[in-house]
Amino acid sequence: MSRTRTERLVNLVICLLSTRRFLTAAQIAATVPGYEHDPNDARDHEAFQRKFERDKAELRELGVPLETGTTSVFDSEPGYRIARREYALPDIPLEPDEAAAVGIAARLWQHAGLAAAASSGLAKLRAAGVDVDPQATLGLEPMVTVDPAFAPLTAAARDRREVAFDYRVPDRDAPTHRRLQPWGVVCWRGRWYVVGHDLDREATRCFRLSRVVGPVRVTGEPGGYEPPAGVDLISHVARWSGPVERTGRATVLAAPGRAAGLRRWAVEVAAGPDGDRLVLPYADPDSLAAHLVGYGPDVRVLDPPEVREAVIQRLKEFAARHEDLAAAGGPR
Amino acid sequence: MTRPAARGGSRTSADRLARLLNLVPYLLARPGIELAEAARDLGVTERQLREDLELLWVCGLPGYGPGDLIDMAFDGDRVTITYDAGIDRPLRLTPDEALALVVALRMLAETPGVTNREAVERALAKIENAADLVGAPVEVRLPADTRRVEELRAAVEGGRALRITYYTAARDETTERTIDPLRMLMVGGRAYVEAWCRRAEAVRLFRADRIDAVTELDEPAVVPPQARPHDLSEGVFRPSPDLPLITLRIGRGERWITEYYPCERVEAGDGDEWLVSLRVTDLAWARRFVLGLGPDVAVVAPAELAEQVRAAATAALDAYARPAPTARRDPEPSAADPAVAAGPR
Repeated sequence: MSRTRTERLVNLVICLLSTRRFLTAAQIAATVPGYEHDPNDARDHEAFQRKFERDKAELRELGVPLETGTTSVFDSEPGYRIARREYALPDIPLEPDEAAAVGIAARLWQHAGLAAAASSGLAKLRAAGVDVDPQATLGLEPMVTVDPAFAPLTAAARDRREVAFDYRVPDRDAPTHRRLQPWGVVCWRGRWYVVGHDLDREATRCFRLSRVVGPVRVTGEPGGYEPPAGVDLISHVARWSGPVERTGRATVLAAPGRAAGLRRWAVEVAAGPDGDRLVLPYADPDSLAAHLVGYGPDVRVLDPPEVREAVIQRLKEFAARHEDLAAAGGPR
Repeated sequence: MTRPAARGGSRTSADRLARLLNLVPYLLARPGIELAEAARDLGVTERQLREDLELLWVCGLPGYGPGDLIDMAFDGDRVTITYDAGIDRPLRLTPDEALALVVALRMLAETPGVTNREAVERALAKIENAADLVGAPVEVRLPADTRRVEELRAAVEGGRALRITYYTAARDETTERTIDPLRMLMVGGRAYVEAWCRRAEAVRLFRADRIDAVTELDEPAVVPPQARPHDLSEGVFRPSPDLPLITLRIGRGERWITEYYPCERVEAGDGDEWLVSLRVTDLAWARRFVLGLGPDVAVVAPAELAEQVRAAATAALDAYARPAPTARRDPEPSAADPAVAAGPR
């Protein structure tokens, strides 16, 4: 932006902040330097109007609360002003340790757009007199990353607007079209989800943000619905990943010095001449079997038989499939 | 209609206007601040700051006479705002600014091992209040083994070299290492210690849940000057093109791997099958990975991996074909048992 334009905009903000009355475009043009024109010259007037529209858009973009209205019923043309109460950042009395925490929070974003928003937000706090210690640390800092769908879904949830998006689940071949009243966005174990009312399924649903394909389309008006009172968003996501009870016990024989991963997990390790006997807690025999097959000949299941059989079955299938590949003259 | 852009005009227009509207209240709150300090604090050059001040100097209230314009007093390199023309407060936070700060603070508040959680929560409450974001539609929960993370954080803050017992999943081995810690961080819901590893002679990320034991050594942590923290903007594991590429044919039930591992290529194959290519740190890991998946997985490439999978499965089956040892004390040493000796490296 040119220096003159910036100057004009700063003056416009100061002028509109200082007035209680709504000022019409004509009054503004007669007051604020940079809007001088001949209102009787159609082309000149049109140029002014374009300039003024652009300037208003720029201020609104920046978050300046430009009010439109008339001061009295006799005013035929609406005017503009900025209410100081709406403009000014309220006082946020942050203690030094709180300010340091905000400073740290502002640099955690790994997402360019939100990183910029966080640092311009921090700049406003500093302008309000908050001093931020740039050296402060909290010992452990999370890197905050989000999926592209985060910003539109959060905005939609905030404004209570219905959205539509395409959603791809790996088990399915094609994405499905979903319509949702988003209640909120949740970070659970480092992954982002949106929770809301699915308009097609007519039920509460969670969607993983990384599975949203393409843009999120805002389809509803603001305030189009009300999420259930006191809804616990986390519980909707976390219910699928509760703690696993490992009540089963399997005994395996591990080759000496091998299968380090299993040893860390064993509740009992007994060295023997033929290898080490490990007792492993487990919940689901099939997933234990899959895991044990990964160790190949380093691990042999002794007990229980169902795990042992499942492992042997899987090994046979692997051997057969890869035998075929070899017999067919190498992989296709 | 306009004169050429002011010097330093590479920033976008909105940026400069935002900066100017902030500058007056910033200086008002810090009378007599040194220009160099203010510039550093605001992240601009001193020259840019002077240009901003020159511009503000000609702005003010309608009338634009001497008593209406923003005024400031200079004392050497120090500046004091003497008249603010009504822009004595910064603009309120935009919804995006408030959300970015609130979400990051919630993330911090939820991170296990953060030292001054209480300050984070106080700050969060104040920002939420000021920004009218008390019901922000974003919630964060990062479950972790808090005790372990806190123990590690304390060890890292102790500033001494650490002896750790570490499980490396890529090689399925547990090793002892001496590390010089740089920092602790959380990525994708997992805690890591970033440290100079004396064994690898490089900076490494150690996953907290794979550090099985920690001992603080007497010597201080000394991080070599060439050590650089990782760039984590793309995640923890960034496969480099010189790593081996493997291609698998997977059934529907194994498609989840495309979400958990960075895949270089995913193509639909015959029927339900997908052809998936990914980079792996080494083939021994890939062999364990493939065998640990469901049986509707086949190695397409490299042939060496297909052969390793076949050989491992066959050797394991041979071992099962022998009678299982039943006694706890087997009188015969069984070095010839392929279950012991034939494991591919």
